[in-house]
Amino acid sequence: MEQHSILIYILLAIVITNLIRVIPMAFIKGPITNRFVRSFLYYVPYVTLAVMTFPDMILATPTPWPGLIALLAGIIAAWFRLGLFPVAAICCVIVYLLI
Amino acid sequence: MARRKQHIIHGLRDGIPIAMGYFAVTFSLGIIAARAGLTAPEGFLSSFFTRASAGEYGTYTLVAVQAAYVEVIAMCLVANLRYMLMSAALSQKIAPGTSWFHRILMACCVTDEVFGISIAHPGYTPPAYTYSAALISTLFWASGCALGIVAGSLLPQPMVTALSMSLYGMFLAIIIPPVHKDRNVLYALIASFVLSGLCAVAPNIGEWSNGMRTVVLTIVISAVAAWLKPIKTEDDGAA
Repeated sequence: MEQHSILIYILLAIVITNLIRVIPMAFIKGPITNRFVRSFLYYVPYVTLAVMTFPDMILATPTPWPGLIALLAGIIAAWFRLGLFPVAAICCVIVYLLI
Repeated sequence: MARRKQHIIHGLRDGIPIAMGYFAVTFSLGIIAARAGLTAPEGFLSSFFTRASAGEYGTYTLVAVQAAYVEVIAMCLVANLRYMLMSAALSQKIAPGTSWFHRILMACCVTDEVFGISIAHPGYTPPAYTYSAALISTLFWASGCALGIVAGSLLPQPMVTALSMSLYGMFLAIIIPPVHKDRNVLYALIASFVLSGLCAVAPNIGEWSNGMRTVVLTIVISAVAAWLKPIKTEDDGAA
């Protein structure tokens, strides 16, 4: 198989990611009114991040248990709104202590 | 001129705490990027110009398996779709008469956190405020990634594994708190966890790449959620 170029991967990511940011600014004059589109856009961030977190988080540790415990602890910490950095730190420390 | 200087100072003041958090998180992003074969300068450049946690994570996992370019495009579209919503919301916060150059540059500054403070700025958001917050946080974001690439190979393996958890921790810190305000988000999250877990082990579907799974599940689950539980129309929707 032909080897893909890392630079092309990076360029694609840069172009697409910034186009997504620029397009609404360039074309949307008023607020989006279509209810389905707005609802869809509303759910997308939560679903994407959730799908990326599980099961990846428990597959990243040598056995699933440390990852699973870190996941549960992270959910509880986030539930109590501990903030980005503390939640991340809790997950790291738990996995470090368990592996 | 004096006011612009004040906007810059305020932007830096609000940007520095964001920058600190970013640095820790991109460090683990760098570890993943190193696995995908990126060098430190490549990691710095890609992080500097994308500034997208989930999008970068998705991209690097795809690069690691030498996925097709079209998969990277699909992944970037879906993982970053929320920026479209944020940019649309930010467009309402820019003073009328602001030049196209400033509008486009401000759109490029959108990340979860920079968007958050820009939207919270009282009145119209001055471009200088967003630029200075974005610049300081982006420098730390990109440096963290580059350092993660270099240090990831020097640190002992258990520490690397532990640090790779910080990205997932950050994702949890973003998705869980809104559950307090909106029960429908909770249902969407449960559906996402369950279906994502099932798809990873299911016959045939389990063969899909992570990127493919993310793209398909995000579109399907969000569409079903939007259909079953549409947001209230008077609700502003931009959270």
